[in-house]
Amino acid sequence: MDGDETVVADLVTTACSGDRRAVARLLTLVERGGEPADAVAEATHPLAAGAQVVGITGAPGSGKSTLTDGLAASLAEAGRRPAVLAVDPSSPLTGGAILGDRVRMEAAATAGAFIRSMATRGHAGGLALAVPGMVRVLDACGFDPVLVETVGVGQVEVDVVSVADTAVVVVTAGWGDAVQANKAGLLEVADLFVVNKADRPGAHEARRDLELMLDLSEVTGQAVDRPAVMLTTATEGTGIDDLWSAIQAHHGRLVTEGRLVGRRTRRHRAEVRSRLEHLLTEAVEDRIADLPALPDGVPGTVARRLAAELLGE
Amino acid sequence: MSAADRSPLRVVLAKLGLDGHDRGLKVVARILRDAGMEVVYLGLRQTTDTVVAAVEQEDADVVGISMHNAGHLVLAPRIVGALADAGLEVPVVIGGIVPDDDRLVLADAGVVGVLGPGASAEEVATCVRDAAASRGRG
Amino acid sequence: MTDGREFTTMSGIPVNAVYGGDPLPGEFPYTRGIHPGMYRDRLWTMRMFAGFGTAEDTNRRFKELLQAGGTGLSTAFDMPTLMGNDSDDEWSIGEVGRAGVAIDTLDDMADLFAGIDLDRVSTSMTINGPAPILLAMYVAVAEANGVERARLSGTLQNDILKEYQAQKEYIFPPRPSVRLVSDVVRFTTTEMPLWNPISISGYHIREAGSTAAHELAFTLANGFAYVEAAMAAGLDVDAFAPRLSFFFNSHSDFFEEVGKFRAARRIWARWMRDRYGALDERSLKLRFHTQTAGVSLTAQQPEINIARVALQALAGVLGGTQSLHTDSHDEALALPTEDAARIALRTQQIVAHETGVTNVADPLGGSDYVEWMTDEMERRAEEVFAHLDDLGDGSILEGVYLGIDNGFFVGEIADAAYRFERQVNRGQRIVVGVNAHNDGDDHRSGLLRIDQDTEDLQLKRLAEVKQDRSDEAVDTALEQLVADASDPDVNLMPAIIDAVVARATEGEVVHALEGVFGTYVEEPVV
Repeated sequence: MDGDETVVADLVTTACSGDRRAVARLLTLVERGGEPADAVAEATHPLAAGAQVVGITGAPGSGKSTLTDGLAASLAEAGRRPAVLAVDPSSPLTGGAILGDRVRMEAAATAGAFIRSMATRGHAGGLALAVPGMVRVLDACGFDPVLVETVGVGQVEVDVVSVADTAVVVVTAGWGDAVQANKAGLLEVADLFVVNKADRPGAHEARRDLELMLDLSEVTGQAVDRPAVMLTTATEGTGIDDLWSAIQAHHGRLVTEGRLVGRRTRRHRAEVRSRLEHLLTEAVEDRIADLPALPDGVPGTVARRLAAELLGE
Repeated sequence: MSAADRSPLRVVLAKLGLDGHDRGLKVVARILRDAGMEVVYLGLRQTTDTVVAAVEQEDADVVGISMHNAGHLVLAPRIVGALADAGLEVPVVIGGIVPDDDRLVLADAGVVGVLGPGASAEEVATCVRDAAASRGRG
Repeated sequence: MTDGREFTTMSGIPVNAVYGGDPLPGEFPYTRGIHPGMYRDRLWTMRMFAGFGTAEDTNRRFKELLQAGGTGLSTAFDMPTLMGNDSDDEWSIGEVGRAGVAIDTLDDMADLFAGIDLDRVSTSMTINGPAPILLAMYVAVAEANGVERARLSGTLQNDILKEYQAQKEYIFPPRPSVRLVSDVVRFTTTEMPLWNPISISGYHIREAGSTAAHELAFTLANGFAYVEAAMAAGLDVDAFAPRLSFFFNSHSDFFEEVGKFRAARRIWARWMRDRYGALDERSLKLRFHTQTAGVSLTAQQPEINIARVALQALAGVLGGTQSLHTDSHDEALALPTEDAARIALRTQQIVAHETGVTNVADPLGGSDYVEWMTDEMERRAEEVFAHLDDLGDGSILEGVYLGIDNGFFVGEIADAAYRFERQVNRGQRIVVGVNAHNDGDDHRSGLLRIDQDTEDLQLKRLAEVKQDRSDEAVDTALEQLVADASDPDVNLMPAIIDAVVARATEGEVVHALEGVFGTYVEEPVV
């Protein structure tokens, strides 16, 4: 334990002085989990300065990587220190992954943004267990804002919102079908909608459709802060500046209306819950693995007895 | 097994230079994914600078560089050198058509593995794993 | 029999020009061949691809091949030239003269064809993104040697659509690039009637890993796209279509290839007549060049590639090709040596003179299997055309643009490549010398090596040209080019010719055009 802490302390110092290799190493330690990850969490928690976190999610093919690229590049050029976490799904069969977001972020990389690709590594939904911890590392090392880009599949409300101050949902013309399935989740979660590939036919209709759905949820009294619907053509850089202004405006409202604290609390709770679920799942797996055979009997009863054992231990 | 041993290897795959043949690189990406590794796919027309930056930020365990058109004698030492200059001790595996005579030259230049055309999926995965292990990883 | 000539087998048995029924070779839809007599009247062109080092080096190899009996020249350019970069560009380091010949300026082009009568040879130039520039140089060199452009015969590959799908040697985005292709078509249609302005290629698509049916489908779809583009640019279909040519792969599954070639002719004839309204017979006849499959060559036991190539060449000939390049057996390892290139040429000559397959047109026609395979290839291709037509709302050109944009082509190709790899890996597909019968000598020495001298020589040459020219003249010419490029109706060929004559480098011309057209950045699909 001591060894870990010393190594970590050194890495954190080096990382905070601008050494990107050290930052990358810290991120790896967090991603791998275990005691070194805990040591990093302990070391970075006090240093986290409250960097702005923007979540960018959307269906595959919506162009969100190109959009993130445009945002990060423009932020870097404006003198900010942006970092990007790009999350792609791991193969449920092999545990491997092809992380193909970085290749679409040439402009951001050239402009000096820090870009880290990650796989979900068995975590349900579009996010990875380690994301909050990695955000904390980046925050502690002075990166701001941190853009977290994920594929929106199922459980979007759990994922993107749990890590971000501002959740941006990217769609394209013809989004209707894909989104129906997620309708409830997306409308609740999104702080901003972006209709990308605005140069294509159907973009304006898509925006109109979204506005109509938002009208409906206002009527039913659900929306607190009605999300704006923006148009962008990420491949040409059109609408990127306006998008960032809208993100800033949202962040500003969170601050002035005292809602940022609530968001940060929600993030904290989500991380704790996520880790708790992970630990408990692991404990369950270990317990079941230890048993030579599962006891016979009504499954519900068997489960209750095993749970009592686990919780009692 | 420690947490480090359990986690997937992270491999950066790239093609240096102008050549546009990426069939082999794409196949290797899928092979490594099927072998449980995480592949940061940089693809075509990368420079040593873009590869080094990626290896650094992604904390890659192995770098796989695809070569074509006999550029390996020039490009391979260059990438090995650039990584070393950046303080990154990451093993480099070269893929492509490398005549036997050149393999020793590449080994001397610090290249840890060479995968020729016709290498099987097992050979590809093993070569990458061995390369990672040679630097104490995985 | 044609002209009353008698053709007999080796043993003296007289044979007819053709056996079996309709359509006969030379009859619509030309499934069995575009000429009635086929190889009785004229053998395919034995066009050997060559190019490496400096222009002088390649000039020497050209002359050797012509001496050895090759009947057409085919030029391979180095990567920098293919990508529109000059030899002194930082991207060119280590690549000058390696994959082909380095051409930076008009003077290099002059050296390349020094002592070769452009009046008498047909030259193919395998280049795409910067194709108009190389054509401009060729024309300028010919004219400087007293040969009018109207007498020049040859082919420019100039098939940019397949670059986005397979070979990735693009520069500008798709639409302005298709404009450049159309400009070349318009230019050659009026000023170079013996020139084939596009070689619509499936070779590279196949090399990238596609299936045979997709090679066929994507190639013909690209062909239809160019037809639509040229017609939209104001040309009458029969004015340019006769000069469109094709370039296919000849791979290892023998009957698949033969079926593919036959289906290609049938599809093209029907579409050109029924969909695009072509009336001239020559617009309906698909002419093609074939190259044996580079990707099938093994580095293991390389001499056995000679057998592979011979069989693939035979498939091309039985498929009715107009022109053929046979790969050298050492090409899995490096550019071919002189000896290996000669063996490859001799392979064609054996097929032509010793096998007797040239005595009869479409000798496999009528075989139940071959006819079925032809039909099947056509059926599969039509599925793809329907998809693209739908995507493009009734325009194949628009469908192709969309397919490029949404990753359709590259996705299908990557999937097929991966499937093939898995099959070889599991031993479901045998590759002799690789996953079976691998005891044999894999060692190969005596490979062609391009050394650093080439790059140094070329850099020196380039510096000299830049020194001697008038920079003012170059700037003026490039300004005119930029002005012309900004107007979509202006044909850019005249301005490009002026620029290269002023000794603008290839890279300078490309750079000027990039300012107007932009640069293409691919979103890779793995």
